[in-house]
Formats: sequence, structure tokens, C-alpha cells
Amino acid sequence: MTAADFLAILRGLPLTIALTMGAFTAGALLGIPLLAARQSRLLPLRFVSMVLIQIVRGIPPILWLFIIFFGLGMSYVPISPFNAALIGLSLIAAANMAEIYRGALASIHFGQWEASRSLDLGRWSTLVDIAAPQVFRVALPSAASYLIGLMKETAVASTIGVAELAFQGNQLSQSTFRGLEVFAIVGLFYVLLSLPVAWLSRAADAYLQAKVAR
Amino acid sequence: MIPTYDELVSWLPELLSGLSISLQVTALSLALGIPCGLVLALGVLAKGKGTRILALFLVEVGRGAPALVLLQFIYFGLPGTGLTLGSFSAAVIALAWNTGAYTSEIIRASLQSIAHGQREAAVSIGLNRFDELRYVLLPQGLRVALPALLGFSILIFQGTSLCFTIALPELVSRAYEIGSTTFRYFPALLAAGVLYACISIPASLLVSHVEKRAGSHAQR
Repeated sequence: MTAADFLAILRGLPLTIALTMGAFTAGALLGIPLLAARQSRLLPLRFVSMVLIQIVRGIPPILWLFIIFFGLGMSYVPISPFNAALIGLSLIAAANMAEIYRGALASIHFGQWEASRSLDLGRWSTLVDIAAPQVFRVALPSAASYLIGLMKETAVASTIGVAELAFQGNQLSQSTFRGLEVFAIVGLFYVLLSLPVAWLSRAADAYLQAKVAR
Repeated sequence: MIPTYDELVSWLPELLSGLSISLQVTALSLALGIPCGLVLALGVLAKGKGTRILALFLVEVGRGAPALVLLQFIYFGLPGTGLTLGSFSAAVIALAWNTGAYTSEIIRASLQSIAHGQREAAVSIGLNRFDELRYVLLPQGLRVALPALLGFSILIFQGTSLCFTIALPELVSRAYEIGSTTFRYFPALLAAGVLYACISIPASLLVSHVEKRAGSHAQR
């Protein structure tokens, strides 16, 4: 394993990070309207969003990327591998984040809703000022562990030719025939990437817990 | 965009045999992986430092590295050491490792959730460590762990799709193959997606049902 080999793997790092952050940001934002639809008072809207979430989560990520890249890209609208991976992973992240938000929303004590009604707060300000800050705090640890999971999921983008970590590892192992070391190092990179996320989430959680602790 | 009836009829045998390979890999990796998870959980909880470090290492690598990288590590990497595996056994070993690492955390958490008095009671009536585990801890712990283990099984079923990268003829590979010979990628992949959804959606509904029942048991 030479330094040049090491650098070759390292070249995949920016794309892994870009895919992870892009898909997570899109998922965290798209998850909000999806949650709103999931909690809506209109039965059809609730049903449609539930079916949508189930379908997105029920099909493996690799197949979503194939459907978007080969299925749509090759026959209908041309799409680059990176964009296909970003769209597919954002879709999956949105469904999973909506479920995380929903779990956090369910954990809010019903006294909070009663209190905001008795204070005559409107539906909007109840949601934005009372529920949202608490949902954010409760959802943070699960969102962080989902972020780590999503980062590992981006490895499937290598199958449609996005030159991220796993892809570079694959290329290098084919040219050097030393898959053992190469894939061990690729695996190590993913573990190293997850450490700062885990650390940040623990620090943020401790800070937010301390803020509400009496 | 949607596969025609004739296409479906001609593709279905191929797709279903791919699905059966996916299901076989799932069943075998769960059957190997969950006992490994139990052993790893006990290893992480063990008193000996060497055992604990080894178990922690296996768990952290199995959870920390993407399943795709584990698969390629075993399929493309191990031949370098003189151990060549077929794609089926490589898939089972990699996913069993992944299963073992994740389920060990589930099992460890559920073992630790058992009230401490149960262990003390087991010691005081003179059960040895094996009997304590078998008659006292596992029956209670596994009941707590069951919903999470079932949920994880669905993820492993979906994870078998990664075996596409090591040339295992499972469901995604079959659909991709059909797509590349007929250039009808979208309908073929869509059909595979429907097959996946047909298994994982009912399964996840079942898991949430089990979760609710397990919860109501605990509340009583």
C-alpha cells in the first residue's frame, strides 16, 4: 500500500461527503411537508403520504438508484450518475426523516397541546413555537444516527459509477489485486467519517438537554 | 413505461428465481448472524478484557463499514489470502457479519434492560451462568428484542440487493440483466421493485403490529 494508492482512495472522499450532505439536507427539508401530510386532517392526504413513505422505504436503495439512472435516465430523461444518486438518496432520506420527525412528534406530552390551546395559541404558532423546538431536540439523536447510516448508504452510488470512496476502492483493488488492504482502508474511512458526526450529535444533545434541564 | 402482460409473463420466472436467491441469502445470514449477535453481545458484556476488545472490534467494524464494502472485502479481498469464496457464500458471510454486529447491539440493550434483581435471584437460587442465561435472561431479553430483530430482518432482506455487485444472480441482478438484453430497463426494474415492496411492506406492517403488542405487554 503506497501513498499514491492511499491518495487514490482519498479522491473519493469529496463525492461521498457531497452526496451525504446533499441527500441529508434535502431529506431533512422534504421530510417536513411529508410529515405535515402524514399528520394532516384530510384522510386522502394522510393515506397517500403513508403509502408513499412505505413504498420508498420498501424498495432497497440500490434499486431506487437503478430505477432512476437506468430506468428513467437511459430511456426518458438523460441524467448524470451523481444527480441520479442524489435524487434517489434524497427521496429515501425524506421518507426516513419524516418517520423520525413523526416519532419525535409523538413523544411530545399531550399536556403541551392542551396548554397551548388554553393559552389560545393558533395552530401555526402551536406548531412553530411550541412543538417544533421540542421535536427538533427529540429528533436530533435519531437524525444523527440516520445521517451516519445515510453516509454508509452512499456507497451504493458506486454501482452507477459515482466516483466516491467505494468506487475508488473498487477501481484500486482491480488494478492492484490487493483487495484486502484496499477495502479495509475504505471501510476505515467510513468509520472515521462517522466519528465526528457521532461526537457532534452527542455534544449538541448534551447542550440542548442542559438547556431544558431544571 | 409499465411492463406489458406478455413481458411480465416471460420475465416472471427469472425474477422469481432471483427473489428466491435473495430470500435464501436473507434466511441464511439471519440464521448465522443472530446467534453470532448473541455471542458478540455476551462478549461485549464479558469481564475479560481480551474478549471484550475482540467483540467490540468485530461489532464496530461490522456496523461502521457499509455492508457493500464488507461484501467486497470478503469477495474481492479474501482471495488475496488464498481463501476464495463463491459469491453466494461470500454474500452470506458478509451479511451474517453485518447482522451479527447490529443484532449484538439490539440483544445487549435488551439484556441490560432486564431488572437487576433477576440476575441476583438467579445467582441466589444457585443457577450457574449458563442456566442463568438460558432460563432467566434470554426468555425475558429476547421478548424485548423481538420487534427490533424483526425490523432488522427486513433491512437485511433489502440489503441482499447489494449482492448485485458481487455477481450473485439475485433479484436486482436478474432485473438488470433483463433490462440490458431488452433495453426495457424501467419496466424490468419496476417489476423487481414491486416484488421487493410486496415483501417488505407487509413485513414492516407486521413489525409495527408486533411492536404495539410487545409494548402493551410491557405496560400491564
